[in-house]
Amino acid sequence: MSFELFRPRSLDDALALLARHQDAHVMAGATALVLLMRQGLVRPDRVVSLRDAGLGGIRREPDGSLWMGATTTIRDAETSDAVRSHSAALAATFGDVATLRVRCQATVGGNLAHADPAQDPPPMLIALGAEVEIARAGGARRSMAVEAFLVDQFTTALDPGELLVGVRVPAVPPGTRATYVKFLPKTADDYATVSVAAAVRMDGERIADARIALGSVGATAVRARRTEDALRGATVRAIGDAAALVRDEIAPIDDLRGTSAYKREMARVWTERAVRSLVA
Amino acid sequence: MGRHRIRIELNGTTRELAVEADRLLLDVLRGELGLTGTKEGCRIGICGVCTVLVDGRPMSSCLYPAVLADGAAVRTIEGIARDGELTPLQRAFIEQGGFQCGICTPGQIVSATALLEAHPRPTDDDIRQWMLGNLCRCTGYFGIVRAIRSSRGAPPPSTPGQAAQ
Repeated sequence: MSFELFRPRSLDDALALLARHQDAHVMAGATALVLLMRQGLVRPDRVVSLRDAGLGGIRREPDGSLWMGATTTIRDAETSDAVRSHSAALAATFGDVATLRVRCQATVGGNLAHADPAQDPPPMLIALGAEVEIARAGGARRSMAVEAFLVDQFTTALDPGELLVGVRVPAVPPGTRATYVKFLPKTADDYATVSVAAAVRMDGERIADARIALGSVGATAVRARRTEDALRGATVRAIGDAAALVRDEIAPIDDLRGTSAYKREMARVWTERAVRSLVA
Repeated sequence: MGRHRIRIELNGTTRELAVEADRLLLDVLRGELGLTGTKEGCRIGICGVCTVLVDGRPMSSCLYPAVLADGAAVRTIEGIARDGELTPLQRAFIEQGGFQCGICTPGQIVSATALLEAHPRPTDDDIRQWMLGNLCRCTGYFGIVRAIRSSRGAPPPSTPGQAAQ
């Protein structure tokens, strides 16, 4: 049961195809699409392959921000000097994805557009304030924060005819430290039971700013705004109480990796550990 | 739905094929091309027995649409030994007990070959990180890590394709 495959050789050609065939699925690295087809969850009539559309590439902008084109592989992001110099924690997070084979095939943009709530990069990108850039035929562009882009499980804010063309991570404010931690009680290549991304900037004894996002504990990667608010302006003594708030900011489900109640408790533990590791 | 013409450099030889859009590289290799050294395991990208190199990078051929390999160099287990002579890594798998039942061995050898080409002197941690995802249910991995470790710095075989990142 095959499908009609288009292999556009430019972004404009890809956008024209998506405008004409609004039911088309987009294929970048193809890891997610092949698995979804195998499971019978999607059965596309048309697929637009982005392989030759020229959407790869990583660059640092003059303002210090980082641009990663949609079809950049996870492996290229993980090993990129530009990514490492922008945020070593972001590069390390790409290195935490699945296995080397998956990282060599899967892409930065596909990972976001797939909107699987157990993926690693989205929480880290949210913690760093990243935005996705979206294009459509005719030249219109819009951008939005990653947390706004991720609408629901396997659902994004993309409208028919739109394409995610890349992600931009703003310059990291001086003094900011970031980390991504995964609670993996089963195997190293499993989805996390809970994952936490944190970016914290200290000002003397106080936490000047904090951004926290979690994975695997809701329908999307979740930004923990109440926890952030409790940390902002506080001293390190407040970290334990602030992390306790995260339990009510998430909506984990019962599954093989733990009950909802257990995951809430583990989210508290790993949020506290993540933040403490940044202020030590 | 029509077939797509693709050209790949397979173990150093250019091959042209016509493939369905959803045909996976694993099935093309084992089916049309008769290269059955690449094994089929989980078929969901987890186990690693179907590992091949695409432009020098390890991939799960069970997750890899063959059309995406158009223009690429594909290297399988059949392309590792040269003129029937095993590489130092292959010999080390035999000498160090790097396999028992053998089903995962082609994938292990292909992954480890890419590792040694990218990083000729990997640390044990490098080896474990790189090989994570090539599952073995016989050896407990000790023999595999030993085999790769003992091959560090061995002269690389002359190889088609590019080195991995």
